[in-house]
Amino acid sequence: MASETKKRTPKHTPKKAADEGLTAEQQDVDIPKSIRVNRTFRTYRAGQYGHEDVGLSEEQVLAMYRSMLLQRRFEERAAQMYGKQKIGGFLHLYIGQEAVSTGAVNAIRIGRDSVITAYRDHGHALALGMSADECMAELFGRIDGCSRGKGGSMHFFSARHRFFGGHGIVGAHVPVGTGIAFAHKYQADDGVCLTFFGDGAVGQGAIHEASNLAALYELPVVFIIENNQYAMGTATTRAFAETMFIKHALSYHMEASLVNGMDVFAVSKAVQDHVAMARDFKPSLLEVRTYRYRGHSMSDPGKYRTKEELERKKHEDPILRLKMYILEHEMADLDALDAMDEDVKEEVRRSVEFAENSPFPPLESIYEDVYTQKDYPFLA
Amino acid sequence: MAELQFREAIRAAMVEEMERDATIFLMGEEVAQYNGAYKVSEGMLDKFGPRRVIDTPISENGFAGLGIGAALNGLRPIIEFMTFNFSFVAFDQLINNAAKIRYMSGGQFKIPIVFRGPNGAAGQLAATHNTSTESIYATIPGLKVVAPSNPDDAKGLLKSAIRDDDPVLFLESEVMYGMRGEVSEEEDYLIPIGKARVAREGTDVTLVAHSKSYWIAMRVADRLAEEGYSAEVIDPRTIRPLDVDTILDSIRKTNRCVIIDESNPYASISSEITYQIQDRAFDFLDAPIVRITAKDTPAPYAKNLMAYYMPQEDDAYRACKKVMYVD
Repeated sequence: MASETKKRTPKHTPKKAADEGLTAEQQDVDIPKSIRVNRTFRTYRAGQYGHEDVGLSEEQVLAMYRSMLLQRRFEERAAQMYGKQKIGGFLHLYIGQEAVSTGAVNAIRIGRDSVITAYRDHGHALALGMSADECMAELFGRIDGCSRGKGGSMHFFSARHRFFGGHGIVGAHVPVGTGIAFAHKYQADDGVCLTFFGDGAVGQGAIHEASNLAALYELPVVFIIENNQYAMGTATTRAFAETMFIKHALSYHMEASLVNGMDVFAVSKAVQDHVAMARDFKPSLLEVRTYRYRGHSMSDPGKYRTKEELERKKHEDPILRLKMYILEHEMADLDALDAMDEDVKEEVRRSVEFAENSPFPPLESIYEDVYTQKDYPFLA
Repeated sequence: MAELQFREAIRAAMVEEMERDATIFLMGEEVAQYNGAYKVSEGMLDKFGPRRVIDTPISENGFAGLGIGAALNGLRPIIEFMTFNFSFVAFDQLINNAAKIRYMSGGQFKIPIVFRGPNGAAGQLAATHNTSTESIYATIPGLKVVAPSNPDDAKGLLKSAIRDDDPVLFLESEVMYGMRGEVSEEEDYLIPIGKARVAREGTDVTLVAHSKSYWIAMRVADRLAEEGYSAEVIDPRTIRPLDVDTILDSIRKTNRCVIIDESNPYASISSEITYQIQDRAFDFLDAPIVRITAKDTPAPYAKNLMAYYMPQEDDAYRACKKVMYVD
């Protein structure tokens, strides 16, 4: 091939260049004989790390367990309330993915670092420490909800926790997360932005643009793909030519790792490592393999997967896994964990009560928050 | 006062504001090293450095979204679209994120961002490069839309837009960048967003026109004056929020209205202004409102077709005669 190219080149040499005394070799676009891409990606496998590897005390492990339980019980109750038509619109449950939110949030400084995610956002909100009360009230569309009843399930926000939502258009928030990271760097406040999105978002152009900009401007962002293997009813294998998403990082000169998302310690370790890169202005990508046990939304019977697959995955339940870990390491006994579960259930029950008792937003509030300017509507 | 080109007035506004507030940065295609596709940002890279004057790849969806995120997190971005035709690549960011995140968060976040760049027709560029976007964006609650007609307004309105805590789309014009005009050098020269300007007082007919169309209205008013008719010309300056009161005051005086707007006519600014007038000043109208707009087609390429596509001065002139019943 190389000799063939050489032979042909003079024919295509523009006369002007030849007159300038350049050799054919120099005039060639500089293409090597072949290109080999050899890249090893780090993985974070289930069981690879214990709590001490992640720098967690036993109390912290128990707190993480409680957080995961809270996310689970909150959503179980939310599903019930949806059935009773207390909750409207869409309700996308995070059940099965709790280790991702919990492990990730454990690796940042809540209130100084930033988090943004897509519409399956209850887990992230609760993991960040937003109260079950404000979250349930939002699902109920009440004034005490975390978005004052303006956002609903898909649009939880909390400025106090630096939780920038809760976004309903697949992939659209990923450039926004990149901009949040841009502002962290611009203001030199040492903050990073965890930008979560699902496997379905990988097909959106916004992801490519955001990745390129993050790498180009060296922004403190960690892109976290929560790969639950289905975009609504479409399995990743039916949607993507390349299903090993970490390979996309090659195109942006980013570090990337593959993580077992059913093990909270693996997630936490991976996010810790990648947050450290972000603080060093190296954006990176994490592909976290996880699984959602429920349908895409409440109306989804999930016929695109087999019962066997679902059962098999349930054995990998991240909460069950952490429970076993706690018992094995004698951080707490079964009675204590059961008591914790009861306590969490009670917290969730109270959140329903709180939501029920919170008033609907007054009608005049419809015009509030469209603009910061107070005299809206401008049209008399 | 100083005589400046339109582009220099915009640059002066950006430079003054960036000197005043370190959270402001300018980002867009060719804004830095190339000194701006239309030389609006000429010299700004030298003045402020690459941290604050930032070139982007051709990636409107990406950098518009980046700007929104930066605004959510404490900065005041100025995002330049090389033209607003390309803003459609970022349409989702403008419509779903810039306009709605504040609302969906129950007012927890603000998005102080300016998207600016040339808008509307700019010659034989055919359909994709000649869109007047103001009617499209003005329909979205959460956005403000500003479209100045002269260098002085451009400076005063852009400074207000940059200081505004809500997202503002600031629409310029390729064909007006070279236009010269007296521009205030007053420090803090701020023209409020949402206030129309009565550019010329008159009693017989009201002409409402913004951006380039404003100049058609002024020529029509001159022609009418030669014939002894007194036209009032109102430049809305801001499309959303629209200063309806100033328009209504004029209608109550002249009882007649002609709107000139280079947007496509269907469901447009001219439709909206017409609705507002009939709703609140119906009894003051002595003639149906007439609008002179671009044709209801994509913009064509051929020179004669493109000229025909644009709002015509003669048509506007005849419309005024018609509503005055003197044609």
